[in-house]
Amino acid sequence: MNVFSKLYYKLRKMWKAIQLYLVIAGPGIVVMVADNDAGGITTYAATGAKYGYHLIWFLLLLIPAAYYVQEMTVRLGAVTKRGLAEAIFDGFGATWGWYALIDLMLVNWLTLVTEFIGMTAALHIFGVPPWLTVTGVVLLMAIIVLNGRYWTWEKIALLFCALNLIYIPAAFMIHPSVSDIVKDGLIPNFPGGFNGQLFFFLMANIGTTIAPWMLFFQQSAVVDKGMQEKDIPWGKFDTLLGSALTVVVAIFIVIVTGTTLNGTDIESAGRAAEHLMQTDRYVGTFMAIGLFDAGLLGAICISLASSWAFGEIFGWAHSLNQNIKQAPWFYASYFFALITAGLVVLIPGAPLVLITLFVQVIAVTLLPAVLVFLILLLNDRHTMGDYCNSGWQNLIGGFIVATIVVLSSLYGISVMFPNLFV
Amino acid sequence: MRASLKRLFRKIEEINGRYREPRIEMSLAVKVALQFLRFYLLFLVCLIAYKFILLLN
Repeated sequence: MNVFSKLYYKLRKMWKAIQLYLVIAGPGIVVMVADNDAGGITTYAATGAKYGYHLIWFLLLLIPAAYYVQEMTVRLGAVTKRGLAEAIFDGFGATWGWYALIDLMLVNWLTLVTEFIGMTAALHIFGVPPWLTVTGVVLLMAIIVLNGRYWTWEKIALLFCALNLIYIPAAFMIHPSVSDIVKDGLIPNFPGGFNGQLFFFLMANIGTTIAPWMLFFQQSAVVDKGMQEKDIPWGKFDTLLGSALTVVVAIFIVIVTGTTLNGTDIESAGRAAEHLMQTDRYVGTFMAIGLFDAGLLGAICISLASSWAFGEIFGWAHSLNQNIKQAPWFYASYFFALITAGLVVLIPGAPLVLITLFVQVIAVTLLPAVLVFLILLLNDRHTMGDYCNSGWQNLIGGFIVATIVVLSSLYGISVMFPNLFV
Repeated sequence: MRASLKRLFRKIEEINGRYREPRIEMSLAVKVALQFLRFYLLFLVCLIAYKFILLLN
């Protein structure tokens, strides 16, 4: 009896912890899964198609990298109760603030265009014309954000996050060899030697895993959700879970394309889905649905990151808990970015490939700066108090940030000068 | 239109005034980090300008 009562007590305690987590869960998972956006799916699909399972070990290394960077935004948001844009303005003055805000607007808008490219390409496979995809997406996103509650928005976003797991059954359907995955993927190796092309793929994977909008988004989401200092441990757990989830999904994408398209060069996830349709109709369909979902989730988060940042600086009402009458400029900037980005995709002959490449270059002008600001802000004992970075956190975070800065910069440069590393 | 632009510029001036002084303590580490960022961004801008000139030619 005593054993049963102890077991009951433990289960009850665990259930309470899960319930508490479910209340706090959201920003970390949403931001990390949304990181697997249309551009991300393309990168992972191309990595699998080119190198098979050989770079899975490298993707696993991205879990701590993404976690350490993003958890800093949780602490900063929960302690200061302000978004990252406002924190940069306040901490470093208006000049650095305007630079970060304008750069963020530009890179977010360009990334939004790439999300629409991914979504239209995905639905084009099912015969849906681009104009219908763009209209449908804008309407769907209007329904999601205009309900006037952060909670509802977050739960809908989490549903789309769950759909991102579609790559897992897709991978099982093609019956990959588990022993090959373990043998080739989990032991660090450089297929074909460490050459320029491999280096480019490694840089692309890092570049797509940590993007500037994610930092702004998560901190603003933490503030909008109303997280307090006491919620930080759960916020960190949420971020860790999200980091693991995003990499797991990335690995399954690599497994799908690594099994079926190994040794081929693919330039987009849409093209990968078309190829897969010829081999296995269901896997190709899953790939296309996953691509659409990734683009949609990316678009939901990226446009919000911009609107939150603008609202913080201009002093507009900027919460999803406010309706359109209470926060008109917040929603106006949200829809302006969304509709204009969607329209660009519909322009006949628009330089979409150039835009996709340009995103990487502009992101490089923002990401290193924001990461440096983040480390400096987290070391401000006056503001952060007990949640200030410890020596270890600075060492680990500093190393990760330095690595990301160097590799993402080299990636941006290699996009501008493609022959540099070949 | 003109009134809206005026309002916008007034707002920007207000923001500039509000955040005129950086609140973070300008220790040596902060100064070095910000100086590094300035050089880094200047380097990137030069690189992008060079690429743009190459594209034009």
